[in-house]
Amino acid sequence: MAWRSVTRTRASRAAGLAAFLGIAVLAAVPVVASRGLVQDLFFILTMLTLAQLWNLLAGYGGLVSVGQQAFVGIGGYALFGFVALAGIDPLLAVPLGGAVALALALPTAFFVFRLYGAYFAIGTWVIAEVTRLSVAQWKALGGGTGTSLPREATGAMWGLEFVEQATGLRSAAARDAIAYWLALALAVATIAGIYALLRSRRGLALAAVRDNPEAARSVGVDAARIRWIVYLAAAFGTGVTGAVIYLQKARISPDAAFSVTDWTAYVIFVVVIGGIGTIEGPILGILVLFLLQNTLADYGSWYLMALGLIGIAVMLFAPRGLWGLISDRTGLHLFPIRRRLEGGTLPDKER
Amino acid sequence: MIWLDTLVQGVLLGGLYALFAAGLSLVFGIMRLVNLAHGDLIVAAAYLILVLVSLTGLHPIAAALVAAPLMFAAGWLLQRGILNRTLGEDILPPLLVTFGLSVVIQNALLEGFSADSQRLPPGDLATASIAIGPVNLGVLSLLTFASAVAVILVLNFILYRTALGRAFRATSDDPVTARLMGIRPDNVFALATGLAMVVVTIAALYLGMRANFDPAIGPARLIYAFEAVIIGGLGSLWGTLAGGIIIGVAQTLGAAINPEWQILAGHLAFLAVLALRPRGLFPRGGM
Repeated sequence: MAWRSVTRTRASRAAGLAAFLGIAVLAAVPVVASRGLVQDLFFILTMLTLAQLWNLLAGYGGLVSVGQQAFVGIGGYALFGFVALAGIDPLLAVPLGGAVALALALPTAFFVFRLYGAYFAIGTWVIAEVTRLSVAQWKALGGGTGTSLPREATGAMWGLEFVEQATGLRSAAARDAIAYWLALALAVATIAGIYALLRSRRGLALAAVRDNPEAARSVGVDAARIRWIVYLAAAFGTGVTGAVIYLQKARISPDAAFSVTDWTAYVIFVVVIGGIGTIEGPILGILVLFLLQNTLADYGSWYLMALGLIGIAVMLFAPRGLWGLISDRTGLHLFPIRRRLEGGTLPDKER
Repeated sequence: MIWLDTLVQGVLLGGLYALFAAGLSLVFGIMRLVNLAHGDLIVAAAYLILVLVSLTGLHPIAAALVAAPLMFAAGWLLQRGILNRTLGEDILPPLLVTFGLSVVIQNALLEGFSADSQRLPPGDLATASIAIGPVNLGVLSLLTFASAVAVILVLNFILYRTALGRAFRATSDDPVTARLMGIRPDNVFALATGLAMVVVTIAALYLGMRANFDPAIGPARLIYAFEAVIIGGLGSLWGTLAGGIIIGVAQTLGAAINPEWQILAGHLAFLAVLALRPRGLFPRGGM
């Protein structure tokens, strides 16, 4: 038997099966559970998507952005613009939100990629500020104070009537359900997409560029190109997520849509606490965030202070996060991307 | 004449931004550390001065003299206790730790002082002005600019004319060889951050005397500081002053056209420089 390079493990096959069951259960939630639970899960799923995308940038691409709120905000505002001003159906406006984020990312990348290493981080923040200040000048969408989605537009959304009839939900709950399913589909597609990318040749190239750009270039990896791809893909995904988030909120303002705390700080803490550079980490991190939020949210700024301190402590003492600790103890990889050799003629198989 | 006035006010405002930027530039030059909490540390120093003023009744300038050694000690401890552990090849730990620190400082200030805006009482300085030809210059603005120039002169003197500065530059160039020569990088870095915090205190003094401040304004100060550093070109403190002036002038010109465009105009000036001269206007190798 010849040697083969594989990434799958027994645990990853079990995890794949469990994921399918989990997705099926999650998809049924709006039909069987309360609206409050649907909204909680909506928050978890959208934050998870943002966290996975930020992790793709920072954890795999080495591109630490603190300006992802630019793409959340522009995605949300694009949705409002298409729906309220152009009369396009909200469901169609969601992917268009991603397209607008992508269109913003192209000139943005031109600027931020001129900034070396750590300065890239603040450069992305400047872009987010410029976008926020520009959008605040857009008087048709309420300028600095913001605006709401027109009721007629959301009431006539594609699929809404069908969902109402099929599930017996009222109009508002049915709208939440549609937004929830969009968020679920987005989270699944994002995780599957990132996992597929990391297991491909491109993913290998990405890891090589992060770990040693010079060595990667010397074996023929086009470092600049792979960074562009990752940055644009993350911008598109973040824009779509922003559109879904603001479809559900139905009210937008520049300060909320471009909030560095809501769309970048929480996301960074989720990834860092869970485990940066892994797919399992953000999933674990979002559960920690949700538990902390439910127990500490009443304490306002103490809650954010605690999150910041936990994030600092994790970075200093367990830089690979909670999942790193678990994975080190148990050797468990649910989404393995490391290539191992199997088969061959030696009696002891490489484990 | 109104344009000349606007231009001069912009140049003087640039002095404030150069003060924001000098500490950031110093720390980056010596240990390649980008401190995302820099703006929040400036705001924290302003609150420290405010507390000293209200406890003792001192003028803010005298209170800043008391605050400076305290901030030096805080910077030294911060570097020894936390930031030194994050330095290395990987840029993730310092960025993420200082980002966490930024969130912690902001929310600690919010808890301690509420979101109400505060002001350091400048006394007679607030209204004093000198007429030079057709332009009326505020004494406080002039003092800010003069302090920026003085800070840069002193920092350049320390960097290029003292043993401490030699240690800074040696550690910046090659920490391993510097260690062989009997320099302890941990200590050198802690001294550098302490020194940066003294500059931060001076920046905080003028920030608080010129305008209102509240716990949330730190990140915007970080961004102005960063823009000044990049426009000027890494490693040149005089370039940083020029960068601050460009942002200051762009902001006052923008505000003269439409008050809502003030901040945006500064950012656009920065992006224009980044597009045309990505290495800044006055790039220089090393420190």
